[in-house]
Amino acid sequence: MSAPALPSADELRRWGVDAGWSQLISVGAGNGATATWHVLDRSPVRPVATLVCVHGNPTWSYLWHHLVARLGDRYRVIAVDQLGMGFSDRGPQRRYAERVADLADVIAALHIEGPIIAVGHDWGGAISLGWAVGEQARRADLAGIVLCNTGIAVPAGRSAPRLIRLAATGPITSLVGHRTRIFVDGTIGLSFKRLPRPVREALRAPYRHAAGRRAIAHFVDDVPFTASHPSAAAINDVAERVRSLTAPTLLTWGAADPVFDDSFALDLAERIPHADRHRFPISGHLSPLESDVAGVVDAWLADQFGRRPAAPPGKARVAAGPPSYTPGWAAIEARANHPETAFVDGKSGARISFAELHHRVMGAAAGLGALGVQPGQRIALLVPPGIDLVTAVYACWRAGAVTVIADRGLGLRGLGRAVRGAHVDWVIGPPRALAAARSLRWAPRARTIAVGRRRALGAVACLHELASSTASLPPPPDPDDLAAVLYTSGATGPAKGVRYRHRQLAAQRDALASTYGITADDRLVAAFAPFALYGPALGITSTIPAVDVTKPGTLTAEALIAACAAVDATIVFAAPAALANATRTATTAADPWLARVRLVLSAGAPVPIATLRATARLCPAAELHTPYGMTECLPVADSSLVEIDVAGPGRGVCVGRPVPGVDVRVVPLGFDAGVVVAAVGVAVTGEVLVRAPWLSDGYDQLWRTERDARPVDATSATWHRSGDVGHLDADGRLWIEGRSVHVIHAVAGPITPVPVEVAVESLDAVERVAAVGVGPVGCQQLVVVIEDREAADGLASDALAGRVRAAVDHPVAAVLTLGALPVDIRHNTKIDRTAVAKWASAVLSGSKARRKW
Amino acid sequence: MKVLVTGATSLIARRTVEALLARGDEVRVLQRHEAAVDCEHVLADVRDADAVMGAVAGCDAVVHAAAKVGVIGDWDDYRSINVDGTANVVGAARAHGVSRLVHVSTPSVAHAGRSLVGAGAEPPVTGRRRAWYAESKALAERVALAAASEALPVVAIRPHLVWGPGDTQLVGRIVERARAGRLALVGDGAALIDTTYIDGAASALVAALDAAVPGASCVGRAYVIANGEPRPIRDLVLGICRAAGVEVEPRRVPLRVAVGAGALVERVWSLRSSGTEPPLTRFLAEQLGTAHWFDSRPARDDLGWSPPVTIDQGLAHLADWFAAGSPSL
Repeated sequence: MSAPALPSADELRRWGVDAGWSQLISVGAGNGATATWHVLDRSPVRPVATLVCVHGNPTWSYLWHHLVARLGDRYRVIAVDQLGMGFSDRGPQRRYAERVADLADVIAALHIEGPIIAVGHDWGGAISLGWAVGEQARRADLAGIVLCNTGIAVPAGRSAPRLIRLAATGPITSLVGHRTRIFVDGTIGLSFKRLPRPVREALRAPYRHAAGRRAIAHFVDDVPFTASHPSAAAINDVAERVRSLTAPTLLTWGAADPVFDDSFALDLAERIPHADRHRFPISGHLSPLESDVAGVVDAWLADQFGRRPAAPPGKARVAAGPPSYTPGWAAIEARANHPETAFVDGKSGARISFAELHHRVMGAAAGLGALGVQPGQRIALLVPPGIDLVTAVYACWRAGAVTVIADRGLGLRGLGRAVRGAHVDWVIGPPRALAAARSLRWAPRARTIAVGRRRALGAVACLHELASSTASLPPPPDPDDLAAVLYTSGATGPAKGVRYRHRQLAAQRDALASTYGITADDRLVAAFAPFALYGPALGITSTIPAVDVTKPGTLTAEALIAACAAVDATIVFAAPAALANATRTATTAADPWLARVRLVLSAGAPVPIATLRATARLCPAAELHTPYGMTECLPVADSSLVEIDVAGPGRGVCVGRPVPGVDVRVVPLGFDAGVVVAAVGVAVTGEVLVRAPWLSDGYDQLWRTERDARPVDATSATWHRSGDVGHLDADGRLWIEGRSVHVIHAVAGPITPVPVEVAVESLDAVERVAAVGVGPVGCQQLVVVIEDREAADGLASDALAGRVRAAVDHPVAAVLTLGALPVDIRHNTKIDRTAVAKWASAVLSGSKARRKW
Repeated sequence: MKVLVTGATSLIARRTVEALLARGDEVRVLQRHEAAVDCEHVLADVRDADAVMGAVAGCDAVVHAAAKVGVIGDWDDYRSINVDGTANVVGAARAHGVSRLVHVSTPSVAHAGRSLVGAGAEPPVTGRRRAWYAESKALAERVALAAASEALPVVAIRPHLVWGPGDTQLVGRIVERARAGRLALVGDGAALIDTTYIDGAASALVAALDAAVPGASCVGRAYVIANGEPRPIRDLVLGICRAAGVEVEPRRVPLRVAVGAGALVERVWSLRSSGTEPPLTRFLAEQLGTAHWFDSRPARDDLGWSPPVTIDQGLAHLADWFAAGSPSL
């Protein structure tokens, strides 16, 4: 039976396909029959390698057009329409084994020279794997495998996707797959965001008529839900042989896929442990059409074919640490008999001694082991900051589990996305959090442990009973074992999971202790919850003031004083917004408890100088320091208020000198990701790279992100791109001038936002400012947006515009006012300049613009 | 170098002539009426092929600025002056072995009513049913650039919203309306508009003449010329009014209303056939109500041109000129 008529060149162009890529080829099968296949085939004269891309059901080669477009100038990219699908010949049902043989036939007919990369999506992934483990692939030069939203077996502990099972039920198969367009339209609807019209049109094109859709029902019918299914044996055989694959493999996944969800990716990762994984949190089933799969594959292939010096694999990538390593719980162990207070709960006032903390941590570690927690398993800690959280964290670490710590500062949606993406095996939390995790399906297959004294809501244990466990302690984890996945604040895009090994966390603790001279005589008040966890590791008494952890800006002077009094604090750590509010709400000039504080640390976002001065008045005996760093590496640099004063005004915000042990290198803006280049000169603006023994290991399931963020230098040492731009001055001080994604690329050269903002903020009656670019990169125009609750959103007054233009060193195209600049939830200070730029672009194009935050 | 400049009654062409003379070039001008420039004159119509042929004879280079500008009038006039006139100039330049030709075009040849944000010099579009000026200039630019060859390098220059002392088009209209208390801004006046201070438009034509050598990357291409300093239209209008010493608080007209009114005014005006230009046109409403600014890198990189006078300096010059009683230039 013949295939649907090929689309016209105009149609193809509208869908983003060059008509020259579209070809019909005649392929002889082993049995002497021939069939006509439709393929997209694009090749340069001398391709580096050939990608053979196989679509699933019910899509067609169009699924891969972004790969063809992006890679086809260096690689030969072939995307086939499977028989009965797309614009290939129609015919009788082909079962799995036959489709694998068909793929081998078409690959043979395509006369491919050189290395082959097998690429597959959905059913096409299973068929590609079938080919990859077969005889032909052994003879060919199989150089890599790329899989998107596919599966080779139903993952353990999961039932087959309900949607597919329903579609595969007897008469329904023909109804939804063949006689109606339900299956085609349903698949198009599995995208996370509605696909653009031309894409939807292209996906439907070969399946407009029932005659063209028979193979769709055949595919559904070929899903082996029972062991006796005709294809079950063949698929199970491939699923086992996949374990012997040695070719480099990349799994790129749209995480919001109700059919091939994350558990299928985990199943494949378990079968192919060397696979690189890149997960798109906001992409559905049709990931090659929804996300930058082509970009990830491009970068990955570049690494496979040697455009980048290879980083030493695995543990060797850890930067050489300090010679000594003491585990995170060592300080607690050393105080096993100490009656002094380890931790005070700010809200309840409850106290726990080091001896009791030691007892509970070791008990809970043993209890976790006895419960079945395996080393390396992931445990989400949805525990509010307090004694339970401290107990749980150290118990998990001691038991060799990996703590997944995402705080409410990400917002509920961000928190859910983070926990879901981390694929935790266990969840520890209060009943409320466990209920939320279950009802919102954050971790549907995880076992739960309730904090407190009762096993609530189906929890397999409660923390209290674990803490009094008498089981023997499991062996401690290796220093190079994974310890934690921490989440970035996600001010730009979904929060990223940052991996830390025990050695790196220990190095971080030691760096903080030495940088700030922290000794056993110190007592810590941490108004930034994650920092409070360091108290026990440092062996010092610590507490968290009574404050809503999601709103650091609500810390009152009263709460701060109460916390200081509770532990007789010597050190206070607080976010800039928290200090700002505490100084605002202070009523007495000299509080005796605050007067005893020797050190105030403020980090997480740039600290306004006025806040520092007000804090200095509040804590007259304290030295004020602003550690600079990021979730991925902290601390990087440090500055005291005195040093900031000495440095005086400059281009950007002075964050001080790199702390001992850190290497800072400023490299040219826009350098090629992947390879570290020579530093720019003193005072020259560039991107800030850092390196330290306490640099985190990388990002969780974000291969591309990690690759781009972790360039390797000539000595194979791994650096971290901070994402900040700035410069080093002649005295070795680091000045931060903004985020690299916020640099304004003007014709005259790049403009960094912070120096512009600092200049405008110096004007009277101006508080918060964003400097953004509008227009295409390379010829952007600088626009200054001033926060003003009183003024209407739009053009600033003529007079204000004049003052701004006079204050800024660059040409300012426009000055706008906005009622409220968008800021991050956690710190309430980091401006989302990307969103501001979008709004400004709309205003300045002459259209009606609304804020979108 | 001996240069023929056509249409020297216009402000841009006059300034170009002055710049060429100032650097020692010989200049001949061709236009229908006497122009206020001190050089050899040929008084003729560009539609007169023989006259154009005679004027080109003996020249090394041509700057073709002559054109019928406006929104009213017959298509035949626009076509014959702008398209046929350009063909005459091109034909004469070929016949006399002229070594370079700079064709003065306009960004409106590619104008499709959209907002332009950091735009390039898009190819001309044709097929308009009104807006004969843009339509004829689009055809004319094609004629000029199609003639580009090894022997005759051609460059098209599209100056965007030229203003300065002596300009009656933009400055004249704004100030006149502001003084009459009839000044209105389209939308909220936030649309970013790039403009060209007059000295820059002239220097760009001279730069194009110098760059148009065989094999140069600019040959056969069009360049948008502007200051590269887009400003919200309100800031520009207020700046010009301030230079003229007029205090105004402009009224606001929604973009759609302005475009509709412009279209209506155009039609009514064409019926009256008074020969004068209407106060508001659809084109002007769109120009002033949506963003119009361009990527200045091609002109910088290929022509070696950058604006000699910034917008703020230009406004200062304008204020001086008004302060001196706006003498004719």
